Amino acid sequence: MTDATVRVEHATRTSRFGTVLWIVLLVVLASVPLWGDRSDMRLLSEIFAYVALATLWNLLAGYAGMISVGQQAYVGLGGYLMFGLAIYGGVHPILAIPLAGLIAAVLSIPVAGLLFRLRGHYFAIGTWVIAEVFRLLASQISALGGGSGTSLPASIVIAMAPGRQAREVMMYGAMLLLVAAIVGACVLLLRSRYGLALTAIRDNELAARSCGVDVARTRLLVYVATACGTTMVGGLIFLQKIRISPDTAFSVNDWTAVVIFITVIGGIGRLEGPILGTIIFFLFRQTLSDLGSVYLLILGAFSIAVMLISPRGLWGFLSDRYGLQLFSLARRVRHRS
Amino acid sequence: MELLNILLQGVLVGGLYAMFAAGLALIFGVMRLINIAHGDFIVLAAYLSLIATEGLGLGPLTSLVIVVPLMGVVGYALQRGLLNATLGKDLLPSLLVTFGLSIIIQNGLLQVFTADSHKLSAGAIEVATIKLAEGLWVGVLPLVQFAVAVAVIAGLHLLFYRTALGRAFRATSDDPTVAQLMGLDNRKVFAWAMAISMGVVAVAGVFFAIRANFDPSIGPARLLFGFEAVIIGGLGSLWGTLAGGIILGVAQAIGAHIDPGWQLLAGHFAFLLLLLLRPQGLFPKVFG
Repeated sequence: MTDATVRVEHATRTSRFGTVLWIVLLVVLASVPLWGDRSDMRLLSEIFAYVALATLWNLLAGYAGMISVGQQAYVGLGGYLMFGLAIYGGVHPILAIPLAGLIAAVLSIPVAGLLFRLRGHYFAIGTWVIAEVFRLLASQISALGGGSGTSLPASIVIAMAPGRQAREVMMYGAMLLLVAAIVGACVLLLRSRYGLALTAIRDNELAARSCGVDVARTRLLVYVATACGTTMVGGLIFLQKIRISPDTAFSVNDWTAVVIFITVIGGIGRLEGPILGTIIFFLFRQTLSDLGSVYLLILGAFSIAVMLISPRGLWGFLSDRYGLQLFSLARRVRHRS
Repeated sequence: MELLNILLQGVLVGGLYAMFAAGLALIFGVMRLINIAHGDFIVLAAYLSLIATEGLGLGPLTSLVIVVPLMGVVGYALQRGLLNATLGKDLLPSLLVTFGLSIIIQNGLLQVFTADSHKLSAGAIEVATIKLAEGLWVGVLPLVQFAVAVAVIAGLHLLFYRTALGRAFRATSDDPTVAQLMGLDNRKVFAWAMAISMGVVAVAGVFFAIRANFDPSIGPARLLFGFEAVIIGGLGSLWGTLAGGIILGVAQAIGAHIDPGWQLLAGHFAFLLLLLLRPQGLFPKVFG
């Protein structure tokens, strides 16, 4: 028996349909600038941002078992790095995004060194302390407006691209590219041996360790990758907003609470979950936006109910019941005939 | 003399942080649960006291007679009705449910009381001072607050090591299955632990609300202070929370003296430094 006689198959019948679905969806979304208007692109960009943030949080918490309530640290970091690089480094704002991701990846290594000393629940609150430290430090940077924040100078915005429409298309395209890259990278990661290691850690850390999985290294890899991705998303979010302040950049409600609710409702530990969750969240928000802060209250109660009744979320329920899978992530050993 | 003054203020504030921390340490010790809504419950207690003082005309300190048992009942009911269902090997449910609670309490308070900030007025005691030495004065209220914090922690210590309930707490902490075999109903033991934790939260909330302005959004920062004091002191150590609270209070007082903007940062940095040098805390010990 050699490797040649067996092979691992990732696709299922529904995931083949899913692959076609994603490609069609991507083509349709890429064509929006041709027929949609500015507000369509703005709304879709916001949806992409939340899909990206929730996918990254899901990778961190749902797969690697690191529950963070402080990812706003990196969203805000992305915003501030982008502003700093564009205003004082003379970097094109779009180019500043990957650069910010790189800086965040390097910065997240010592942060992980500190946080990994805390276990489980304490890790979660530790991430929040880090986010608070980032927020407080940002409000000390007087060059970027201190506590009240700053706007991206008009000269930089105009220099981005000629004409407002071109700028909107550029930012929309960048966000679409980023979310596609993040989801795509997650699919590839989960199909690789690291993915197998991650799934093993998620299911039973001790068993994974005894099978030779280097748990600490895998976790560090995921933490750094997530920090890098979250920072890039944050940079793009604040490029579209044009304005940044410590309270909006490091908001726990906007960048962590909502992201957690999206993932929990959609289905934690599944790649489809955050996408489904984001759709539900935006439907929810469009209908309940008149209610002001009550909508966060309802969302909180709703996600508590989901956690208690169906802890694996809506997608977990659907895929358990009907065997649905929209990404080719299954592993089935087939004998070659 | 100025330095001594700063240190003294820091130590006295540390008592308040120790009360924030003691409630957290208690429930973590008994059921390995971290209540992310802990800070928001502190704020909730402050608002309950506000209602009692404005509605019934009580003083804030007298209102403790109502607020403490009320919060205890809230804690008991919360544990029986919701949180017991989230306990287990998986950490996610309890974390996410208490995180959801935190958002619910914040937005609920915002809806009822608006974002306006409030403060409880305790009357003449707020401005009363005692002269310790030439140029060194200390407020009566911070002193009372510190004494209450020490009394609360001493009380919890006695409860843990001298009473039947404390024995039940330690037993379930050591081994919940065996404790259950010995005839303890874990769900009730946990509910009592949460009730007592909320009682401590109520005391902390009222003292905090006399000392400073509060509004619905300030809960999470109180959670972080309590959490930092727990980690600095060492997991599971009740007296450690007092040491942790004092270190945090002193660091913040020194930071504030250098630059007002550095008050909170100095506290966080002290915590991160301790985490780097001594991750197990100063007095590590799990109950039992």
